[in-house]
Formats: sequence, C-alpha cells, structure tokens
Amino acid sequence: MAILDAKIPEGSLAEKWTQYKNSVKLVNPANKKKLDIIVVGTGAAGSSAASALGELGYNVKVFCYQDSPRRAHAIASQGGINATKNYQNDGDSVYRLFYDMIKGGDFRAREANVYRAAEVSSQVIDHYTALGVPFARDYGGSLTNRSFGGVQVSRTFYAKGQTGQQCMLGSYSSLNRQISEGTVTMFSRREMLDLVLVDGKARGIITRNLITGELERHSAHAVVLASGGYGTIYYLSTLAIQSNGTAAWKAHLKGALFANPSFAQIHPTSIPQLNEYQSKLTLMSESLRNDGRIWVPKEKNDKRHPNDIPEEDRDYYLERRYPAYGNLVPRDVGSRAAKERCDAGYGVGPTGLAVYMDFRDAIKKQGDKTIEANYGNLFQLYDTITGINPYKEPMQIYPSAHYTMGGLWVDYNLMTNIPGLYAIGEANFADHGANRLGAASLMQCSGDGYFILPFTISDYMADQIKTPRIPVNLKEFDEAEENVRKRLEKLISINGTQTPTFFHKKLGKIMWDYCGMVRNEEGLKKAAELVKELKHEFWTDLKVPDNLNELNQEIEKAGRVSDFFDLAGLLITDALNRKESCGAHFREESQTPDGEAQRNDDEYLYVAAWEFKGEKIPHQLHKEKLKFEEVEVQVRSYK
Amino acid sequence: MKVRLKIWRQENAKAKGAFVTYDFEEVSPEMSFLEMLDALNQKLIKKSDSPIAFDSDCREGICGSCGLYINGRPNGPEKGISTCQLSMRAFKDGDTIYVEPWRAKPFPVIKDLIVDRSAFDKILHAGGFISVNTGSAPDGNSILVPKEYSDLAFDSSVCIGCGACVAACKNASAMLFVAAKVSHLALLPQGRPEARERVKNMVMEMDRLGFGNCTNTGACEAECPKEINLTNIARLNREYFTAKVL
Repeated sequence: MAILDAKIPEGSLAEKWTQYKNSVKLVNPANKKKLDIIVVGTGAAGSSAASALGELGYNVKVFCYQDSPRRAHAIASQGGINATKNYQNDGDSVYRLFYDMIKGGDFRAREANVYRAAEVSSQVIDHYTALGVPFARDYGGSLTNRSFGGVQVSRTFYAKGQTGQQCMLGSYSSLNRQISEGTVTMFSRREMLDLVLVDGKARGIITRNLITGELERHSAHAVVLASGGYGTIYYLSTLAIQSNGTAAWKAHLKGALFANPSFAQIHPTSIPQLNEYQSKLTLMSESLRNDGRIWVPKEKNDKRHPNDIPEEDRDYYLERRYPAYGNLVPRDVGSRAAKERCDAGYGVGPTGLAVYMDFRDAIKKQGDKTIEANYGNLFQLYDTITGINPYKEPMQIYPSAHYTMGGLWVDYNLMTNIPGLYAIGEANFADHGANRLGAASLMQCSGDGYFILPFTISDYMADQIKTPRIPVNLKEFDEAEENVRKRLEKLISINGTQTPTFFHKKLGKIMWDYCGMVRNEEGLKKAAELVKELKHEFWTDLKVPDNLNELNQEIEKAGRVSDFFDLAGLLITDALNRKESCGAHFREESQTPDGEAQRNDDEYLYVAAWEFKGEKIPHQLHKEKLKFEEVEVQVRSYK
Repeated sequence: MKVRLKIWRQENAKAKGAFVTYDFEEVSPEMSFLEMLDALNQKLIKKSDSPIAFDSDCREGICGSCGLYINGRPNGPEKGISTCQLSMRAFKDGDTIYVEPWRAKPFPVIKDLIVDRSAFDKILHAGGFISVNTGSAPDGNSILVPKEYSDLAFDSSVCIGCGACVAACKNASAMLFVAAKVSHLALLPQGRPEARERVKNMVMEMDRLGFGNCTNTGACEAECPKEINLTNIARLNREYFTAKVL
C-alpha cells in the first residue's frame, strides 16, 4: 500500500502547514520563467491557481470548454463562502471550522487537509475583498456574515444570493490581469480529451478545439486539473449542463486513483422537476433555510392550496425530528427527510415529489423588505421558473444531485499518485469527506488555487528546473492523440438511432434511482447490470450527426456520456463496497432503529481509492486509513 | 402547443446564413425556450439533419453563455431574464418565432446561433481588474466601505457578460458592459488607485475592437438581463472625463 502515502507533514495539526511552508523547496524567479504549467478548468479553483502561478512567474496555459473563463460553474454558487474571521465575536476559530467540516463530512475526510483549508480561509476573504468582490456589509462599512449549512456560528460571507458569481468574477479578474501581463495564455473552447505521460510523469494534454474540431497537443512540466465535479452523471442536477467528469476520468485511465466516487451530495432545496424535457434543476440556496420553514401536510394527498392548510394540519417534519437544528440540519439529513416524507405519500405538487418551504412566518416577523434584501434574487428566480410568487405562497422544493465529494485522490501536496499531476477544487476528494458543509466549496476551491497549490507545486517544480521545455512531437503525444482520434471516430461511426442525450437521461435515471440519496445492495447490483446493458446499447446504437472537423456539440456530449458510463460503473462499485451509511451515502442495510444513518468505523474508516487496471478488469481498491489525532470520532446527531 | 420557428442557420463563420423554418408541435408551456430547442434538436438528429448549434451552460441565468435574438429582441419578450430563463409560457399556440444570433460586428457568427464574444474578454484584459497580488491583501475589514457604495458596486458587478446590451444597440456599442465593470471597481476604495488608467485603457480597447458609440437610446438598459441601468454609463463618462482632463 506504499502507493497511498498522503505525505502529511509531521507536527501538531495547527503547526503542520506553517512548518511545511517553512521547509518546502522553492524555485528562484529566473527559473520559474522556464517552467510551464497547464491548468484545466477556470472556475474558482482553476482561475485562482492560474493567476497565482502566473503572478509567481511560471508560464501558465489555461483551458476551458466555455467561450470565456468567466462562465465556469462556480459562477452559479449562491449562498456564501466560509472564513474563520470571527468578525461576529461568536466564538469561531480555525479549529471550529475544521471541526464543523470534519463532523459535517461524517469523519471521512483527512484531518490535515481540512485543517489547512480552514486555516487559509481568512486569507481567501482578504484577497477577494482586495480584488473588489462586493461582499455584504453592515452600515458601519464592515463585512457582515450569516449562519449557513447547519453550523452554530455566523462565519459565512456572502453577496446576496450571488456569492459564487462575485468570487468567480474576482478570480476571473485576477486571471485577466495575468493574461494581460503575458504570464498566462488562455485557451477557451477547448476540451481536454487525454493526459499525456512521459516517463511516468504528467507532461501534457490533448485537447479538441471545439470550433474547428482539431486535436491539439500542449506540453508542460506539470498539469493541474481543476475540472470540477461529475454530478451531471445523474443527468438532472444543479450543475451546468456541460459540466462533466471527462478530464478527471481520462487522468484516472492513465493511472490516477479515483477516491470515494460514490460520495455525491444531494442538495435538499432545488426546484422540483416540472416536465420530461427538463435539462437541469435550479438550486434554491440553502441560506433560505435560515428563514424558510419546511413542511408537508399531516394528511396524505391533502390537495388543499398550501395557504388554506391551517397550522395544526402542517407537519414541520425537520423541526419535529431534529429539534436542536430544525430546518438547518445538514444537507444529507434534510434531503433524506424530504424523500422519506414523499415516499410515504405526503409529498406535494403535481408529481408528489416536493415539499413546501414557507416564508410566511418570516415575512410576518421581519417584513417583506428584509426578506427581499436577503433573498430578493432567489425569490425572483423561483418566480421566473415556476410562475409562483414565493412572497404569497410557499416554494416547492425537492432534493437534487449537486456536489461530488469524491474525485481524484491527492496527497497533502494536492498531487495525485501520478508525479506532476495535481487536482484542486471539486476535482479532488480531499476536504469534504462523505458530505460537504455548506459554503465550503468556494472556500476550498479558492484556498486550493490561491494559497495552497502555489506552495505545494513549488516542491515539485524545484526538481524540474533542469528539464527543458517538453517537445510535443514525442511518441507519447503521438499515441495519446491517436487514441483520442480513434475514440472520436468510433463514436461518430456507430451511426445508430439514439442521441447522446437519450442515453445520458437513461443513465441518469438509473443512477438517481439506485445510487442516489438511498442505496442498498440489491439496488446497486441491479444498477450495475442496467448500466452495463445501457452502455452496450450506447456503443451499438448511438447516433452522432455531422462531422468531427467542425463545431459539433453532439460529439462533445457523446464523449462525455461515454466516460460517464465507465464512471457510473466505478461509482456503483464503490457504493457496493462501502457497507455503511456515512454522510451523503445512506446504505439502507446500515441504519439505527429510528432510521438514522449508522456508520461503521471499525471497518470503513478509510478513503477508498480505486485503481484502473484495464478494460474489463475489475478496479483495484487501495485503502488510505484515516487517522483522527485531534478529534474524537463521534456519532453525528442533530437531534 | 405548436409553434413555427424561423431559425438562423449558418454553417460556419464564412458561410452565408439564412432563416430555416421548422414547424414544431411537441411544445409544452412548462418547457424553457432552450429546452424547446433541445427537443427540436433531438428530432432533427433522428431525422439525420444537423442540429441547431447554440451556446448555453448553467441554464439558470448566471453564466451568460446563452443569448438569442428572439422576435427582434435579445432574450425574447420578457424583461430582466437571460434566454435560458425564458419559458414557453411567454408564447401562444400557433406563434411564429424568429430566432437569430446576436448581431454585431465585434461578435462574428461562429455557427448558427453561436457568436464569438471574446472581444468582451479582451476589454477586461485591458484593465477590468484590481492589481493586487495573492498574499498581499490586508485584513478584509481594514478597508471599510460605506454600505451604500458597496451595494451600488454590487448592482454593477452582477453583469453576466452575455452581450445582450451590444446586440440591442443599433450602434453595437459596448458602453453598458464597460460601464458596469468600470463602475463596480470605481465605486470601491480598493479600485480607486488604478481608476484613471483603467477607464482610459478599457475605453481605448473597446473602440479598437470596433464597438460603436453610445447615442443614449437606452436599448441596452431595456434589454439587460440583469437590469443594469444607464447611470453606469453616466458614471463611466464622468470617470473617463476626469481621467482624460484632470
């Protein structure tokens, strides 16, 4: 198991990062200019990493599939970004944020990484503020905070319901500055379709130019994947419709371990599905749970208008089941509770797959104006999509696939097991365990990009200064490009009858039904069979129109869906292996008598990191044992 | 419901485009406009026709990828939304709907309804940032910003870079886009040190890229999905004047 050395520095938790920074190898400024780094993805992680590395003087090449780096999906994050400033004097500290993340992640995250993420969170806020991110302020002009995601302190910085947009535009602006200075070269409308290894090290990528269809080779001394999560494996999710797992999956096929793939977070509050053509589910920020009360009717099939249902006929089931946390229970708990009520027949709306989130009491107490100031854009968003005014009647919400805690396995340096290949932000697995705490994603992505990777990559780059620029005419680039070309040609030549979207929807349904909020062995085994059958159908009956050498959005989709089939197989394998409930992963076989999740620390206190061994050969499991030195492993209870 | 769609088809940047008519019957009012196009595309692919190329990603009105000219208006008949937020509820059974890409010289068509908006990125390269290196920021609360200014800056910073303002303008002016970014940064104390250079460089780049002049028609404000207002342009003019003259 030497393969899984997390390289956690010695010393006490609070001192590890400082000591690491004091001892890490540095690269002198003259040498940095001679070193190339590729960054794939331009979200909060990719843009911040690229700009920070550019500022240091490295030669950075950045890639995104969108027409502009500003469009990466961090832009859609709504509620906020955590930091341990303790501006509210309510007892917050690095340790408390660390502890909330460890506990929220249900003791399946790596202590040292989480502590460091909490440690740099304050710097992230300082930096964004200096970049001009207009976080909410109080009348004295200082920054203000709110409580978010089931924690008992107010440490979340926010910009109305558009915190992600503002942070994204902040990191995009720092990226633009480096582009104008010439340290960063931007390649937009490019999709990474393979990773190139030379002598076992990550040395480049193959991309497809999405306008011309041309395959391109790019080389570097190191490659950083900031390609986001794979929640669109469920087809309907809160993600952008083009978000995908391809970059990470291609790296996995080249040897990078994939960790905890089945840890997918189902967000409790999104707008329910309205029709069969629906392409995505829109999130309603969970900040709404600060003032929205969640309920269903006490009677099954109560068809009365929600405003006509009196107080005594309403079941505020979260307040009932979890009196200490009420409507602010963590995401997984809230999601399962909603599913439980709907499965039991108490759901509302046309499909019965929805619960009410009601602002009546908050509006009565605080007034329309205050509610509008806090949530105005979210209310408007809801009204636009559903045609229902949430000032007048409750919102309908239902859980949807949202964030993937799983991702490429990385060590303390954020390096995968492939030398020179790094994974940051949602693309890695490191900081959120089995369940992500609210407002910890922007925080982790930006922390990784601005304040962690620039240090840790230096340790590797210091050994690269004698390596000249990597030429792109090496045989390894020839082979990788040829493989990409063959796969694309195969996809387009099947010439069957069904579209990539048809298969994606079917795959998503299987994953949602059997590998979503609640899983059991029988269902997972069935899902494995169904995915296998559907994958066969995909490769024999797919239809991709037009040609490869032009802008062809269907071949883009086909490629991503083809990788989702393989990732789905691994996701199910991982879910089957983990015969415990933990965080977002709820195994029916493993629950307490009153229906709460039952962890099994004796057998599953590890990170499951899977190695690809070849087509049709089972993945090999590597276990990274989790050691909790600072915190006591406890049962999560929100009662 | 059914609709008659007249959609701009253009094979590539060099090809000559034209409207193509599609009668589409499987439309339901719950669909979003883009989901209606998705459904049409599924049908076209199955008939071995080329699907209609259009940009979109987040589908919740925040990434700015989408943006279509619908019945002569950017993002269609409703105010304050992007194209992906437009619902088919806005149309009636039997309607004819014209769908075009953004039309503006600095936004050349790439294919069908997709245009090249990289000119917007270039304007921001010219100065749409505050020059602060990672690690050198002071404590967040050491820069106090009156709430009033912070809120105003936020109102300007919500621009999604979609290009509707340019498409709406008869001069293809990018003034509202530039004004929003200049305002956002000029309203904050952090943005003041570079304010003069920033506004000069961004305006120069905007002109170099071929965007037209502003003649105060207000079409940009009327069509902006984020309802960014003309006050921003007044502020841009003041910032520019101060930078040039004083």
